Amino acid sequence: MDLHDLPKPKDLMDIDLNKPPETGWMNNPSVFKDGTYSYPAAGKNLKILGMPNPRQWAPTDEDWKLPENWQEIILKGMKERLEKYRSFRLFMDICVRCGACADKCHFFIGSGDPKNMPVLRAELIRSVYRNDFTLLGKMLGRFGGGRELTIDVLKEWFYYFFQCTECRRCSVFCPYGIDTAEVTMIGRELLNLVGLNINWVIEPVANCYRFGNHLGIPPHGLIDMWEFMADDVEDITGIKVNLPVNKKGAEILFVTPSGDYFADPGTYTCMGYMMLFHELGLDYTWSTYASEGGNFGLFTSHEMIKRLNAKIYAEAKRLGVKWILGGECGHMWRVVHQYMETMNGPADFLEEPVSPITGTKFENAKQTKMVHITEFTSDLIKNGKLKLDPSRNDKIIATYHDSCNPARAAGLLEEPRYVIKNVVNNFYEMPENTIREQTFCCGGGAGLGNDENIEMRMRGAFPRASALNHVVAKHDVNRLLCMCAIDRATLTALTHYWAPDVTVGGIHELVANALVMTGEKERTLDLRGEPLGDEEEDE
Amino acid sequence: MLVDLLLENKKAIIKHWTDLTIDTYPPEGGSFMRKQKDPFANPVGAAITNGAEAIFDWVMSGSKDYSPDVVRRLDDIVRIRAVQQFSASDALGFIFLLKKCLRESIPEKMMNDQHLVGELLRLESRVDSLALTSFDIYMKCREKLFEMRAMEIRNRTSRILERACMKYGAPHDW
Repeated sequence: MDLHDLPKPKDLMDIDLNKPPETGWMNNPSVFKDGTYSYPAAGKNLKILGMPNPRQWAPTDEDWKLPENWQEIILKGMKERLEKYRSFRLFMDICVRCGACADKCHFFIGSGDPKNMPVLRAELIRSVYRNDFTLLGKMLGRFGGGRELTIDVLKEWFYYFFQCTECRRCSVFCPYGIDTAEVTMIGRELLNLVGLNINWVIEPVANCYRFGNHLGIPPHGLIDMWEFMADDVEDITGIKVNLPVNKKGAEILFVTPSGDYFADPGTYTCMGYMMLFHELGLDYTWSTYASEGGNFGLFTSHEMIKRLNAKIYAEAKRLGVKWILGGECGHMWRVVHQYMETMNGPADFLEEPVSPITGTKFENAKQTKMVHITEFTSDLIKNGKLKLDPSRNDKIIATYHDSCNPARAAGLLEEPRYVIKNVVNNFYEMPENTIREQTFCCGGGAGLGNDENIEMRMRGAFPRASALNHVVAKHDVNRLLCMCAIDRATLTALTHYWAPDVTVGGIHELVANALVMTGEKERTLDLRGEPLGDEEEDE
Repeated sequence: MLVDLLLENKKAIIKHWTDLTIDTYPPEGGSFMRKQKDPFANPVGAAITNGAEAIFDWVMSGSKDYSPDVVRRLDDIVRIRAVQQFSASDALGFIFLLKKCLRESIPEKMMNDQHLVGELLRLESRVDSLALTSFDIYMKCREKLFEMRAMEIRNRTSRILERACMKYGAPHDW
């Protein structure tokens, strides 16, 4: 072998992987790589909602077709919000950049991109606040951490405020209680003022505004879908479930995310509700008007949250129900728990919720008059009102993903676990620092669960997936349970990429599998139409 | 034997390789990946660190076949880098950095030893074969992403389509 022509080691050793630029963060413009951003809102949807600057544009365009005075609009909007929301001004002022939140964001952990550190994400807007709204910033400029609002800064806002799922994991760790999700919410509100928004948020909002649900399904379409599910239930159980729709004078109005009407595996959870309510003989009703629990207004603006949420109380009033029961949804519960009563209340025409089956008073829901389905079901189980056969779920080895909003915004930590443990025999928790208050986001909340954003979603999903893979390796877990319709869609992609042997599903799917119903035929299939046990599978 | 020499320096080589790989991330991200030792708080750092050792061991082992462990570890790293802000070459370039680390751990005067250089080339070929395998994994990951996009669009409305097809007598099996 002639070794003389070989390059010297030194020549070969100089491998450069295009190291990232070492200029300060203020000077790095965002790079819109395919797979890491969401498509902009279609003009037609903005027109429907009466929102500013409807047009056709793309984040990869040089010219974003902004109004000429866009800077003035944003700064004026910022001023208004600083005056209106004390929390926003406080969050702008009190951060000492201690870094406690820095490494808690799933997008930072999965990408290593410093602008995904919650502190730095907030700093994108805080730097402009300092520059234009504080004396020190006005005097010291960049030296004092201030930064002028340029077009690159605006583009950066769009890129990174639509890379925050508003999951609020970072806020758990902030010693000052800064809620970075609220900073993102204001950031998005400001962007909306000049027509910068994403279609995956605005289209469901526009549909909800006209039809009451994200996909824009009219009443007869909804009834058709529910009947379709009831047919499936009949095939599996032999029971034709009662399906009350828009029933005036019913005791309870049931509201759940519409994602569970149309897309598997959410549909199985929805069938689960129908079976449970039928078995209880509950005097309740579905609604074709309040046909959506989800509220993408939360990802748009405070005004839009209120606009879309209003239908729930309005429908409760129209139908004359006593109280409202809500299904397994994520951000719907942040809206219900933290905004609904102050925005659209008082709900003084409703009664304090009392379970008609057990007589339990849900005092926690005294103000909103809306009870979470796992509170309702865990109370039924606790009082021995359900006949359950958890062995019907024996081929499932489950773990539970605390969906961010029910866990962190509504404090629902024990109820779902109590229900799960009563309907499935094999249940294992993921590591402690990835569940309960510290749960990792699915990576697709707050309107980011669209297909064009898939790469960014997978980065954000990785911390959850890594914890999941731990219990897969240790306990052969094969089902990831969750309590959110967005989760049921986005975790399905997560498992597809990171943990292909795991399926995703809701809690009430398993409740209904285990539920022994009066007059049912011998159950051989689960709600997915698959054999209940492994044995049948082998036959 | 070169392998013995490299095995003696195993810890230093792995650290060097891990450092170079982590250096491909922005400095703030890299510093976090080095410091945080909890694998669930820092899964990217953990995948790189654990993967580096398993891959190094396989390169040194002389074994012709891949062990399931080495493929899994390689997959762990490539699967992550396939969705990060890298071009394809940058995503997989970390494999070739191992060559740099191996060479740099050999005293320069020893590089005149023809036998030893032959051994080094043999080891480097093993690294090259890992690079090819990584390329397969990378492509599978990327293909999966596109498949997932299609799947999501389909699943979003699967029940409506199924219902509509049933109603109007169209075939509805996917």
